[in-house]
Amino acid sequence: MKKGLALYALAAYAFLHVPLLILAVFSFNSSRFAVWQGFSLQWYGAIARDRNLMESSLNSLIIAVAATITATVIGTLAAYGLWKRRTRGFAWLSGSFYLSLVTPEIVTGVSLLALFQWIFRFLHLRLGMHTVILAHVGFSLAYVVVVVLARLRSFDRTLEEAALDLGATEFETFWRVTLPYLAPAIAAAAMLAFTVSIDDYVITSLVAGVDSQTLPMVIYALARRGVNPALNAISTLIVVGLGVLVLLSERLRRA
Amino acid sequence: MASETVLELRGVSKEFSTHRAVADVSLQIPRGSFFSLLGPSGCGKTTILRMIAGFETPTAGEIWLNGECIDTLPPYRRNVNTVFQGYALFPHLNVQDNIEFGLRRKQAKDAAERVERVLEQVRLEGKASRRPSELSGGERQRVALARAIVLQPDVLLLDEPLSALDPLLRKQVRGELRDLQRRVDVTFLFVTHDQEEALSMSDQIAVMNAGALEQVGTPREIYAQPRTRFVAGFLGAMNWIGSAGLRPESVCITPQGRNAVVTGVVYLGSFCHVEMTLESGEAITAQISPVNPVGIGQTVCVSWNADDEVRC
Amino acid sequence: MKLRTAFVLPSAILMAVTMLAPLAIIVVYSFLSRGAYGGVQLPWTLENFTRVWDPVYGFIILRSLWVAAVATALCLILGFPLALFIARSGPRKNFYLSLVILPFWTSFLIRTYAWMFILRDTGIVNSALQSVGFIRQPLPLLYNYGAVILGLVYGFLPFMVLPLYATLERLDPSLIEAAADLGARPWDTLVRVVLPLCAPGIRAGAILTFVPCLGTYLTSDLLGGSKTVLIGNVVQNQFTASRDWPFGAALSLALMAIAIGLLLAVRRRGEELL
Repeated sequence: MKKGLALYALAAYAFLHVPLLILAVFSFNSSRFAVWQGFSLQWYGAIARDRNLMESSLNSLIIAVAATITATVIGTLAAYGLWKRRTRGFAWLSGSFYLSLVTPEIVTGVSLLALFQWIFRFLHLRLGMHTVILAHVGFSLAYVVVVVLARLRSFDRTLEEAALDLGATEFETFWRVTLPYLAPAIAAAAMLAFTVSIDDYVITSLVAGVDSQTLPMVIYALARRGVNPALNAISTLIVVGLGVLVLLSERLRRA
Repeated sequence: MASETVLELRGVSKEFSTHRAVADVSLQIPRGSFFSLLGPSGCGKTTILRMIAGFETPTAGEIWLNGECIDTLPPYRRNVNTVFQGYALFPHLNVQDNIEFGLRRKQAKDAAERVERVLEQVRLEGKASRRPSELSGGERQRVALARAIVLQPDVLLLDEPLSALDPLLRKQVRGELRDLQRRVDVTFLFVTHDQEEALSMSDQIAVMNAGALEQVGTPREIYAQPRTRFVAGFLGAMNWIGSAGLRPESVCITPQGRNAVVTGVVYLGSFCHVEMTLESGEAITAQISPVNPVGIGQTVCVSWNADDEVRC
Repeated sequence: MKLRTAFVLPSAILMAVTMLAPLAIIVVYSFLSRGAYGGVQLPWTLENFTRVWDPVYGFIILRSLWVAAVATALCLILGFPLALFIARSGPRKNFYLSLVILPFWTSFLIRTYAWMFILRDTGIVNSALQSVGFIRQPLPLLYNYGAVILGLVYGFLPFMVLPLYATLERLDPSLIEAAADLGARPWDTLVRVVLPLCAPGIRAGAILTFVPCLGTYLTSDLLGGSKTVLIGNVVQNQFTASRDWPFGAALSLALMAIAIGLLLAVRRRGEELL
């Protein structure tokens, strides 16, 4: 059976990776069609010159960084607070995290849109980067909490008692004893929040304003319009970029 | 010679929603003594320790340390320190940093010297830069001790610190702990369920059962003059003949005495336990040297000194 | 204020604002009428909910459930052997696992676009088949429910493999040895011992896959286009082109009700995420 399983695994891995490899290969194709006609870097040149693309990439990066930092900090604190003592008052908070994970993206998106439109009747604001960032923090929070809470479950509570016993206050205990233990989980949560934010289309497209395009939105528009070889180049860059990020973080984690 | 009381419990009780862990315990622990709380699991001894440390609040009663009532203070404001059962060493810090942990807050200027001195006292010199994962069980225990002692607490609480060590190491560490206590001159409050540990190390023992105090006294008093059947039975094997209690080592197989039939012989290396039934029907066990063996079914005579009888 | 309360407060405020308030508004909107220029207005009505029961939308909901179920089932069937392989691969476990995780970390959008590139009329498959002479006209591989399901399976396979692997990895090997000792062949052991013990992992993976598939918008829009209509598309439509927010709100609530209902039905004690 082992041989059959290995063969199957090979096929499965091929299924998972070949489509992306195809994109990468054809990003270097000199023709716009899916027939190989020679090596070329023209599509990469084209995207480098695309002002709109560069701007939206920058927007995506800004949003992702802002949302990641905020969500990671707030989420870590929340996970710790929930783990410390499960009082009934916190039940509705963990319930809302659960709800956040379970709600389909489209529902989250339209409900946020509804909220913003309703608020904007009173405050004279419009949809823009700030609404996107707020939305991203909102849906990333639950992921951060889940990851950090999972790590906390394996934390030995007597270490905190020992710290208190030796004279550290509750905050000092958190800072000097628990936080170092949580570091890998916090890093993983930040990675997760970053990836989820930078890739989001559905929610972002609903709450972004006219002048705050993100990279997924541009990609989506291009994809819908039909054949566009520049997309292959963009895709390859993103896949490689994120892939490197993941590998780097794995290295850091092992160290 | 009366030494002053450093720690006093006055009528302390602790009720949990499911059961009553501690029932009206009053204790006076003399300064500089090695004081043990002895009892079976679930008797409340660890709960008492946690109340003194500040991790549980008494439902009734008061805890006085050095003439000050401390039961409303959080753990970090009490001048007691705990050696936890699993040692609770911070895994991300090395030995030096672990020991310095409590000193950081106090901003002691002579921190480095104190750490060095305490490392000598627990015989861990040269291991200051090791991580807990690189130490043996015995070494980890010494770091936990050092970490607490360096803060010069009024009382050092030890929660079954020897239970994680293997039996051979345990005997050795017992002696070391006793010596350490005398050297650093700190009051030790030691919690254990092992009566041999308590007897060999303590100046005084408090025996507990089901949340209540059964007896407080020196090891000799507790063993030879137990006040309740529970204490008698917990400190060692006990024969009950009528209303008198007899330790197996007090029972001798002699040429003259009461008749008994041997029903079992248990060889324990340095001595034998001979289980017999008296003519009157009671079971009795004698502890004898293994040099003169007896066989099952044999009829022998047993006798004992009336002074050795215990009544309670 | 206790430390834990202070720590939890920022999240509480954020969740109230980004999760609870929006949902409350959606609930309110579902009982209102559509506004003249989009948005909502009075009077209060139950019409939106009765429209959800309309056979047209009922059919769409059923179709969405069907698509999600097929995708989830395929993910399970395809993912389980892979998870088994990784769990049994010995010292190189982490390597094989990261081979699954890597695509998962890259953009979901791009992974969906990849199939557009492969399947469309001018895509790889058609161009290759045509150049070999196998076919004359391009095959309509894209813009149908099959393509959508393919895209969903491709997208969510890692979501299924990870919890399955986690459960398989924790499996006590002595149980398998015991089964063999009692006479079970490898296949028997798999079906009678391993699979039942994997139930929690299967449940977790199924939920993680089914719910997003049910509400899919991106995959069905890109790989199905206007030829496929799933509930996610309808909801999105109501809030943009159709400008019928109250109805969109009612549909959203219906979608959520189904999702939550399924979760409660599948939940077992002691298997909480949070």
